[in-house]
Amino acid sequence: MSVSSKALVARAFGWPRLPRHRRSRLHGSDLAWSVAFLVPYAILFAAFVIYPMAYGLWMGSDPALYATLAGDPRYLRAAINTVLFVGVAVNVQMVLALLLSGFFARRRWWIKALLAVYILPWTLPAVPAYLSFHWMLVAYPRGLIDNLITALFGIEGPFWFNHGWLALLCDIVANIWKWMPLWTLIFLGGRMAIPPDIYDAADVDGASPYQRFVYVTAPLLGTLYVVSTLIAAIWAFGDYSPVLFVSAGTPSFESEVISTLGFHYALDFANPPLGVAAGLSVLPLLIPVVILLIQRLKAMEVQL
Amino acid sequence: MTGTVPGIRPDRRARIRRRRILIEAASLALGAILLIWSLIPVYNMFLVALDPTGHNEFTYDIWPSHPTLGVFADLWNADEEDVRDIWPAFGNSIFIGVMVTAFTVLISSLASFAVGRMRLARDRTLSGVALLSYAIPASTLIIPFLRIMHIYGLTDNLWAVIAAEVTFATPYAILILQYYGRLIPSEFDDAARIDGASALQVYRHIYVPLMAPALAAVGTYALLFAWNDYFYQYMLLFSERHTTVAMALEQFFDDDDAPWNYMMAIAILYSLPPIAIFYGLRRFMASGLTAGGLKG
Repeated sequence: MSVSSKALVARAFGWPRLPRHRRSRLHGSDLAWSVAFLVPYAILFAAFVIYPMAYGLWMGSDPALYATLAGDPRYLRAAINTVLFVGVAVNVQMVLALLLSGFFARRRWWIKALLAVYILPWTLPAVPAYLSFHWMLVAYPRGLIDNLITALFGIEGPFWFNHGWLALLCDIVANIWKWMPLWTLIFLGGRMAIPPDIYDAADVDGASPYQRFVYVTAPLLGTLYVVSTLIAAIWAFGDYSPVLFVSAGTPSFESEVISTLGFHYALDFANPPLGVAAGLSVLPLLIPVVILLIQRLKAMEVQL
Repeated sequence: MTGTVPGIRPDRRARIRRRRILIEAASLALGAILLIWSLIPVYNMFLVALDPTGHNEFTYDIWPSHPTLGVFADLWNADEEDVRDIWPAFGNSIFIGVMVTAFTVLISSLASFAVGRMRLARDRTLSGVALLSYAIPASTLIIPFLRIMHIYGLTDNLWAVIAAEVTFATPYAILILQYYGRLIPSEFDDAARIDGASALQVYRHIYVPLMAPALAAVGTYALLFAWNDYFYQYMLLFSERHTTVAMALEQFFDDDDAPWNYMMAIAILYSLPPIAIFYGLRRFMASGLTAGGLKG
């Protein structure tokens, strides 16, 4: 196998496995330079990650805060909503992105053109995009979606934000709409890195499209899929904008997630420590995801 | 499962052709669905922006009934009271966006170079440490940030927002740069070092040019990150002259009587820079990044 196709296989498996030299100790000016290169990030990390985190942990260290949270039905609803928001939005968009990357890998001129349009939601800034979602759903009394429902089916659309679960669903759909293109692009890149000879070999063996996916594509994209899912989950835990701008938490805090509820605690109820405590309460779910991600990246490096 | 080796018997060939037509029809249908799915919110922005009153939600219209570009003209002349301050807000957003892009690219590339190319430490040490930035959601850290910025003397300062956004854009940027840094064989560096190049020269003349597509991807990602942000701008800036476009849009959103057509026109204008930059650089980024994942 030539070097380049070897690199391609390696890329398809995750981290590229190019030959590396053994690490040798740095001396003199090299050591000074490399330390100097790292200084800006070290300062940034100390000043804007470590210090705020320590400050936040200190702010949210009073156990009484968590008792207050546990007694607040708004918090309990937001906690359930957060799990649903992250679980549903992330998994749906990852599975669809994986499937759609197969569609976009087809070599047709119109599919290439469609891809350019399909990426648009990801490049659209969050606030304008979600405001548009809000305005086409909100019943003041009628938005574009209701008008379309009436035009197509002759019935009135529902009041999207009068019901907590429906409002949350709208937020989830908006999040999927915005972020699915990014993951589709990433999986498309991963598929492109799979050497075509593997598929040719599968074809010679008479593999069906389903078998090609299960025995070739899925194992080769597995690592990329897991890493992407973990990153998407981390981002979704902190994603406030769909809830803030699509459903605005209506009706009466029923579609809030923890990141937006913490914001209301801190600002509207003038209780910043309670807001911090609400945010810290997702750590038992978030920390394992971060550790898993770091481990996956480490495992990929050990393969080198 | 039967094999799909083409045509041995005519009836089978016909079956394969029928299946091919079916697949083609199904992809066209899927394409149509994806087109509508992607464009509906964008269409809605224009529907509202082009309406002379900004209140077409009250009607049953799915087409703009009396489309006009009047709002854009008003924005340009800034003669409507609601939009008088919008151009300074654009200035603030652009300043933040440019600075976040520049600093994210600079800081993450220097760190990735020191660790990935000069091997100051293991790659996984840097990416592992950087990913710890995500251990507490950014939306929670904003509350301690508010107090810390006060300690740093950055209250109501655009640089506070820039620092915060760079902080949360950099970990992902480092991840991408480490990933693509490994695609460049270290022989390039070694050859330059033998010729007597200093570390800084290797960074400037070897690393940056070879990594240019990845740096462009990281820069686009950082710009999108700054453009997506609202929380940090809203929390860390409060004087009127520091209002950003995202904050101005939120003020429209909060005000029930605000003219929605102006809001949507501003939203459209605000969307243009990242779209133009992404589509302008797409081919260039793809030139180096077609293979592999984690594209920015």
